[in-house]
Amino acid sequence: MSLLTIEGVWKHYHHHSVLRGIDLEVAPHEVVCLIGASGSGKSTLLRCVNLLETIDDGAIYLDGAEITDVRADADQVRGRIGMVFQSYNLFPHMTVLDNITLAPRKVQKVSRVQAEKQAGELLARFGLSDKARAYPDRLSGGQQQRVAIIRALATQPRLLLLDEVTSALDPTLVTEVLGVIRELKDSGMTMILATHEMSFARDIADTVCFLEGGVLLEHGPPEQIFTAPEHPRTREFLQRVLDAGRL
Amino acid sequence: MEEPAGPAWVKSDRQLRREAELRGRARRSISIATASTVLVAVLLVILVTSSPGWPRVRETFFDFGQLAESFPDVLRGFLLNVKIFVIAEPIILVLGLVVALVRGLRSPVFFPLRALAVFYTDVFRGIPTILLIYLVGFGIPALQLQGAPNDPVTLGIIALVLSYGAYVAEVFRSGIESVHPSQRSAARSLALSHGQTMRYVVVPQAVRRVVPPLLNDFASLQKDSALVALLGPLEALRQSSIHAASSFNYTPYLCAAALFIALTVPMARFTDHLAARAARRQMGAGHV
Repeated sequence: MSLLTIEGVWKHYHHHSVLRGIDLEVAPHEVVCLIGASGSGKSTLLRCVNLLETIDDGAIYLDGAEITDVRADADQVRGRIGMVFQSYNLFPHMTVLDNITLAPRKVQKVSRVQAEKQAGELLARFGLSDKARAYPDRLSGGQQQRVAIIRALATQPRLLLLDEVTSALDPTLVTEVLGVIRELKDSGMTMILATHEMSFARDIADTVCFLEGGVLLEHGPPEQIFTAPEHPRTREFLQRVLDAGRL
Repeated sequence: MEEPAGPAWVKSDRQLRREAELRGRARRSISIATASTVLVAVLLVILVTSSPGWPRVRETFFDFGQLAESFPDVLRGFLLNVKIFVIAEPIILVLGLVVALVRGLRSPVFFPLRALAVFYTDVFRGIPTILLIYLVGFGIPALQLQGAPNDPVTLGIIALVLSYGAYVAEVFRSGIESVHPSQRSAARSLALSHGQTMRYVVVPQAVRRVVPPLLNDFASLQKDSALVALLGPLEALRQSSIHAASSFNYTPYLCAAALFIALTVPMARFTDHLAARAARRQMGAGHV
């Protein structure tokens, strides 16, 4: 059974359709990469899955239950889905440790001692133990993004959404963040990534989805999408990426 | 931080010459500033003391005998001003924050509360504080309600709280709105409720940003505590007018003014200090 099912999802902003009937299934432990030009609807789709945006039609199911049901408890749903943003969005007035333990302590009511122990283990796993007491503005972009990933993991989500998490980073810092994502895949985390890192998508994805103009034009295993795309628009997009030296 | 490998730095002759030139320029700037300050001060003194009315002014405003006589009373009155704003300030902060938070509630259930908050800020920012002192100070006792205060100091504090609460609510609201929406998204994505998002993420950042404008409002409140004199309690302004009325000498007013300045100037410097520190932090956050 699939972990996440997206069924005919539409989203409009001011008479402009950003998502036009998206269908997608994500199996447990699957890594799905969303590719496509800026404005194709990748980020909006992730925000809809996390209920940060309300959809205008269709339905989204998590573990078989409809999360877009207007009677569903949105906070309860978000507790099972982690999200990481392009610009990290760490809380600047809190230390790294407080950023990570905030949701476990306040939402899941875990004791401070227990929450900090778990946060300490995650920080150690991703090589950031010495930064626990630091404030976000003392960290490099790559470190901040790794902390943001740990913060999203701290609530032990079923699904992790990553929205162009390397786009704001200096090229030399991209690898450390991609390393974290690779390790999460190895540990069996189900993830949906919106990304411009084509070679990474090709390498890590189980399924690659190509979006254009709010339509999911083509999806399949990376070998197929990157070497033998069926849709002419996919070929065109990949050619442009190739011309820009990004593949 | 490790020192990168490479040659050690010894200041070059070029750099030494550059620094000597900069020191020379700084010395010249200081001399020019000193000279112009002294010149302006001297001109001002000459202008004032050579004016035809100066002997009279000196007599009525700068009389040391009067100063010594009125000072204890004015100071005692001033302590009442201090008491008024020390009580009013925390109440204003709480009221302002509550009104700002109520205005941010989005659920239709809270419409009446939200409407009340908007009505409150609109009305009380519109009424001149001096008018509000009269309305509250004479209006509430006239209602003859059971348990309603009729002590002029309490009434004065109520009027100041109502007036300043409306300003402070707007300051808090602008602070809350200045926190980037992505901070809210991040908090909501972690399953924090609207209330938890405000409490742990938005309000702490908003409060830090509005400290300088809040202190500015409080400097203004300290001065406006003198308006309570209209209701009769013996605070600094009232004490000075009593002395002035019995001696036809205005030195006590100057004395009261000096006491107010003595309090607001340190506060203004403290505000500058906080603003400068906030600016440094922002710059620090940019270097990563």
